[in-house]
Amino acid sequence: MGNHSSLLLREDEIATIQQETGFTPNQIERLYSRFTSLDKGDNGFLCREDFHRIPELAINPLGDRIVNAFFCESGSEDQLNFRQFMKVLAHFRPVKKDKENKLNSREGKLRFAFKMYDTDNDEQISKDELLGVLQMMVGDNISEEQLVSIAERTIVEADKDGDQMISFQEFCAALERTDVEQKMSIRFLN
Amino acid sequence: MGLENLILLLVLGVIFLPFILAIGCLVLVMTCPWSRNFRSGYVNLLLKIFQYGTGRIESAEQKKLETIKEKNGIANGNIAESVEQVEDNLSPGHAIIKSSAMSKEDLVLLPNGNSSPKTASIPRNRSFNSLQRDFILSDCLDFVHAGMEAIIEDEVTQRFVAEELKSWNLLTRTNRHYEFISIRLTVTWIIGFFIRYFILLPSRITICFLAVIWLTLCTALVGFLNEGAMKRAVYEKVSIWCFNFLSCALSAVITFHNKENIPKSGICVANHTTPVDVMVLHCDNSYALIGQRHGGFLGIIQRALARASAHIWFERSEVKDRETVAKRLKEHVDDPDKLPILIFPEGTCINNTSVMQFKKGSFEVGSVVYPVAIKYDARFTDAFWNSSRHSMIQYLYMMMSSWALVCDVWYLPPMHRRAEESAIDFANRVKAVIAKQGGLVDLSWDGALKRMNAKKEWKQKQQEEFSKRLKVE
Repeated sequence: MGNHSSLLLREDEIATIQQETGFTPNQIERLYSRFTSLDKGDNGFLCREDFHRIPELAINPLGDRIVNAFFCESGSEDQLNFRQFMKVLAHFRPVKKDKENKLNSREGKLRFAFKMYDTDNDEQISKDELLGVLQMMVGDNISEEQLVSIAERTIVEADKDGDQMISFQEFCAALERTDVEQKMSIRFLN
Repeated sequence: MGLENLILLLVLGVIFLPFILAIGCLVLVMTCPWSRNFRSGYVNLLLKIFQYGTGRIESAEQKKLETIKEKNGIANGNIAESVEQVEDNLSPGHAIIKSSAMSKEDLVLLPNGNSSPKTASIPRNRSFNSLQRDFILSDCLDFVHAGMEAIIEDEVTQRFVAEELKSWNLLTRTNRHYEFISIRLTVTWIIGFFIRYFILLPSRITICFLAVIWLTLCTALVGFLNEGAMKRAVYEKVSIWCFNFLSCALSAVITFHNKENIPKSGICVANHTTPVDVMVLHCDNSYALIGQRHGGFLGIIQRALARASAHIWFERSEVKDRETVAKRLKEHVDDPDKLPILIFPEGTCINNTSVMQFKKGSFEVGSVVYPVAIKYDARFTDAFWNSSRHSMIQYLYMMMSSWALVCDVWYLPPMHRRAEESAIDFANRVKAVIAKQGGLVDLSWDGALKRMNAKKEWKQKQQEEFSKRLKVE
């Protein structure tokens, strides 16, 4: 009953994570509790299955892309430790003027959003990648031809250097007027 | 029962007569009103001790925070930030274990396709053409945000584990970071441990054992009577009496509200937290039960009850055949002489913080439905049976070594299905009423998610909703 993890977080680990991500010790402990409750096998790390077990994430059309973003950070195909978990969550910390961190800055958040589209991690969003993500979001409800035309139009609008692909700079420019700070922030309670 | 069986029973009865009389006396003592008052007094005493313990921990935390505040103030020179931190921690109703990691203001994805604010799921009947717009790259951000919120905290997975307590109730299993606060608190805990494991636990196991024997005996005797009004009346009184005795094995203090709505026939539905729910409800009113045939401990009780009154017990294979189930249910409910049938439409145990989707089967039968809400007081014990972590015996062991089982039961006014209403809508209406009364969160998620993964159709619904908002050539 209650928390079944016997692995408590050490002081120095908390300090390292606080340094890297900017979360307060209370928030780190709270999120560690979440991490261990997701870790059904008590392994000390999460696998993709642990994420897919969350129903609200499983029904999210971009659920797979989000989980991918976590494991891309970890470098391993199927093992995510707590520090890596926190580094990804750090992108969603609200921006505070004087306490900006590399991870939760506007650029950091845009990088995360860019990763949603950039399936092969080559720093470019190709038409096929955009088409793939569009298909994830709409399922069978829109035909492929219509999706292709949407993808082509989107690329034409954003592509400045004419290479038929969207680079990170072009992506940032396209989202210039979007309130990324607000849409990609979660209010973590202390 | 044949003549030989009757003679055998009589002989056994005579041999064991003193033993039976002793149990009978014990039962009478434990089920009289005096005993109930004693248990209520015990529970109030426990509350005072918990408040004392919480007070000590809080004052220790305050002292700790004051020293941190001083340190922070000197180190950073940034007073504002440390004050903010301290204030967060000393909020009113100071929770030692914080219950939420983030504030969820935004959209939540639901299985029926709505992405609606947490408070209500409003179906969208507006014409979609006026709202459609072209796809832009930032359209993914909403999904990303919802997904990250779900990873940090979701509505569903937390319902299948024990609820986190806001204050410590002197049981180690509910305290994550036990720190040494004071000698007095530790001593209190040690005394509590001793009392629970060496005094309460053995006596409760004995009572449980005796209660099962008593129940079997009484129902066997009632089974001898001829079918008729007298047998039913005797069964009602006897079964309530026996279950009251059984509830002593858990030191149950149950408060029944709105007894004017007590069901006498028809279908009674309640939210499900533990198999003990049946016992809790049975302490005030007798029911016909429905369920799968079990072996072991539950099986003994099932067979004992079946001798004395009409219940519906299924073989495993029959459960798959929903029509047979529905037919037997309808037959039972249509018979005015039969007892009200007790059903738990969630189909599985949920942790008593929420009510999950009600299966529509019992709402299709067309009879009047009596909703009942059960809420356990988590300060005394956590009644939730996490069947994936604990076996029945482990669960009973934990329940019997807890302080007490304190709960509230509300009988709600009967509800009828309206003419144009589908069974699913009726089920949701009843569920909302039960959730509201018990102070539980009303969720539309299926309780079966405890063991199964989310269905593909739900994701497809989300995709459908999103595609409706896109303008296509």
